[in-house]
Amino acid sequence: MSYIKPKFEHPRAPKNELGFTRKEYEGSLSTLCAGCGHDSISAAITDACFELAIEPHKVAKLSGIGCSSKTPAYFLNNSHGFNSVHGRMPSVATGANLANRDMVYLGVSGDGDSASIGFGQFAHVIRRNLNMTYIVMNNGCYGLTKGQDSATADHGSKSKSGHVNNFEGIDLCAIAIELGATYVAQSFSGDKNQLIPLIKAALSHSGFSFINVISPCVTFNNNLGSTKSYDYVREHNEALSTLDFVPVKEEIVTKYDDIEVKFVEMHDGTYIKLNKLHPEWNPEDKLSIINALQVARQKDEILTGLLYLDNNSIELNDLIGTVKTPLNTLTEKELCPGSVVLDGINASLR
Amino acid sequence: MKPTNYKDPEYFHKVVDCQYACPAHTPVPHYIRLIAAGKYTEAYMVNWESNVFPGILGRTCDRPCEPACRRGRIEEEPVAICRLKRVASDFKDDIQQYLPEIPKTKNGKKIAIIGAGPAGLTVARDLAPLGYELHIYDDQGKGGGMMRSQIPSFRLPDSVLDQEVNVILDMDVIKHFNQYVTSLKSIVDEAYDAVFVATGAPKGKDLPNLPGRWDAKENIHIGIQWLANVAFEHTNKIGKRVLVLGGGNTAMDCCRTSRRLGGEEVKVLVRSPFKEMKASPWEKEDAMHEDIPILENHVPKSFISENGKLKGMFFEKVKAEYDEKGKRKLVPTGEPDVFIEADDVIIAIGQENRFEWIEKDLGVEFDEWDMPVVNETTFASTREGVFFGGDAALGPKNVITAVAQGHQAAISIDLYCHSKDINERPGPGVTLISTKMGIHEWSYDNGVSNDIRFVVPQADKKITLADRKKEVELGFDLKTAFKEAERCLNCDVQTVFTEDKCIECDACMDVCPTQCINFTENEDEQDLRAKLLIPAMNQDQDLLVSDVLKTGKVMVKDEDVCLHCGLCAERCPTAAWDMQKFMYNTAKAGC
Repeated sequence: MSYIKPKFEHPRAPKNELGFTRKEYEGSLSTLCAGCGHDSISAAITDACFELAIEPHKVAKLSGIGCSSKTPAYFLNNSHGFNSVHGRMPSVATGANLANRDMVYLGVSGDGDSASIGFGQFAHVIRRNLNMTYIVMNNGCYGLTKGQDSATADHGSKSKSGHVNNFEGIDLCAIAIELGATYVAQSFSGDKNQLIPLIKAALSHSGFSFINVISPCVTFNNNLGSTKSYDYVREHNEALSTLDFVPVKEEIVTKYDDIEVKFVEMHDGTYIKLNKLHPEWNPEDKLSIINALQVARQKDEILTGLLYLDNNSIELNDLIGTVKTPLNTLTEKELCPGSVVLDGINASLR
Repeated sequence: MKPTNYKDPEYFHKVVDCQYACPAHTPVPHYIRLIAAGKYTEAYMVNWESNVFPGILGRTCDRPCEPACRRGRIEEEPVAICRLKRVASDFKDDIQQYLPEIPKTKNGKKIAIIGAGPAGLTVARDLAPLGYELHIYDDQGKGGGMMRSQIPSFRLPDSVLDQEVNVILDMDVIKHFNQYVTSLKSIVDEAYDAVFVATGAPKGKDLPNLPGRWDAKENIHIGIQWLANVAFEHTNKIGKRVLVLGGGNTAMDCCRTSRRLGGEEVKVLVRSPFKEMKASPWEKEDAMHEDIPILENHVPKSFISENGKLKGMFFEKVKAEYDEKGKRKLVPTGEPDVFIEADDVIIAIGQENRFEWIEKDLGVEFDEWDMPVVNETTFASTREGVFFGGDAALGPKNVITAVAQGHQAAISIDLYCHSKDINERPGPGVTLISTKMGIHEWSYDNGVSNDIRFVVPQADKKITLADRKKEVELGFDLKTAFKEAERCLNCDVQTVFTEDKCIECDACMDVCPTQCINFTENEDEQDLRAKLLIPAMNQDQDLLVSDVLKTGKVMVKDEDVCLHCGLCAERCPTAAWDMQKFMYNTAKAGC
């Protein structure tokens, strides 16, 4: 019996700009159920960080409680991690971010952690536009406590025990857009081609990036009648666009009749290359996406891809004017500037 | 690409690189697991059935399995397969109870085997249990052929050789030893039902036209003849300064034997560059360890002697040049010829067959190189009922190839004696069985060891150089053998994929430590190879391709560096992946 990840990797494993292979971004072997969508999301995060060549020690991964919140153990083993109280990851992320704005903040949460016990924290971190990537691994059930319906379970969705959910489900993306998130995307754990560029763009975005990833619970919510099963999501998946994340802008060479290629510039000079599949939708127009989400709900479609992007976003640190230097590198000289400075401040208040 | 056909036993056979590369297709991972489990006798018998001489081969095999070993593609060194085979032999119990029973009542068929070397003995071993009356001829007084005459005792002790040869000779085989067969006609006339010719390649190549060759012929020896003279104790000393010409394994045996018979300054001289020598790397290492320099790029020019006594040799210095096709040419460097003093010279530059004893009017045809025309599958000659095997069939190779050919010839002889078509070959015996025992539990040790290859200890040079019969290699102890056995990746435990169970959750793809599993749109083979997560550049290794899945994609797995760790099956929620033990036994006579 052995359940150990071999240390060997492919002898021709590609290396990123830092000279690291993907192995440097992997985590421990998952203890989630075999086939859990969360593991695919962990793999997508691993790929995104590897491809972006982020230095692993520059990443802080934060989570709350739940199956999803266990996953930081399964990716980025060389990064910092904080497994917080249930639903309180946004507070920890906010504190950390204000203390050191040089890090990449990656929060991982679930539908219970964000839409139930942590709904309040979720709302406030959005409206403050904290510079972080917030990924919800959304399976519509409480997998860790045997699959009860969660707050994101869709109205009419049937659980494994045959029970039909009579309550309205919370649409986390609509809430995020409503509360002022500046990057909102929705994806599916079974579609890495879409998910990886979305994560890469989210990590490059300055401000609050939210990705709701539908992630089937193979053990409790992958049955017929569930709206979060592999089969259902594949059948009802409606991509708004296909997108590529481009480190440098390429020349626009194609323009098809029904596909509009659009380049969206990110804060750090990188680009998203969008192949729009829905002509009436514009990722920078809030109204068009709210409308598209409503229409999709009526048609039982799950809209995926980039939903909304505000490139004029001003992140929390800039909004409140925090110090640019990480607090842990401030010395006594900066913290105690002396009586002359104090006199100046006092004088300004007279 | 078309979906992989699991029904074709050759697909999974090819995945077991070591077994596939072995001429006899010994199920290597299977016996290595038995060694790890401490079942040395069983491990020995798995070998014995397949390659007949595990103790001998565990010391002397050319090891085509090791360069093929998958482990060599993921780290520096392959598993020490050959020396693990020796472990099975060293630590086995009495095997008598496992040997096949030899029928008292024979089947009425009488077979002549000419040559009691590896090929001849293999045919005897395969046919004896079937009730054949076997007559084996050899010019030596004991069986073993070149294994006795050409492999020195410090590499292969007589006791090991005798034990494995005698097991076969004790199967009611009628011995005609000390009898050199001078005429195939005389054998054919004796009303044998079939004749198997396994007379090896007993003639060492000479340099008859090199100036001075015949002036001091007492001190100029032919490699394999000289080794035979040493083995049969006709020769027991050599001069202090010895030159060995040649770069093959025979040259290595000659130089090392010389060191044991009084040679103090022994040198090996090779025409080619060092790295292109034919000798196995480990044999070169062993020679150099015994203070024998190997001088590359030296072409022999002349022997120099005085009053019938050898003084030394002149060599021309050359360098290798390669044309655009990579073909090598040795070009003189223009430096003055080198004179090297010597008391004795041993010429070990190759060996040839000898067929003057086969009458030309018997119907056994020979080709333009004076080699018998032999079918490479059936080993039949152009005369009905006369079969060839070993070095006598297709030219000098090695022991394991001779054994493999012996098995095939035995099948042909058996078919022929039963008036069946010898071209209708029996297929291999194949099984494919799940190894799943429970959650996280497989019936094989799926953890991948991180150890690097263990070195086999050697006896002290002072002792081994003083005694020609003292074995140099000591073999692994059991603790090291276990650790070395754990390095085996269990390539015979196959990753079997069932597409209709797959829900395309990507778990296998995410967990695979070497990223060999892909879900992608199907293409032609080369396009598919190019677009995998890590492109499948090793064209010798196949792609495992599934049928179309629900989303229209296919699962493609590059077999190249799969660790057979079972994590794909471990993380599969629907058991679409399973680790199944594949057993491939080549057919033997009578199966």
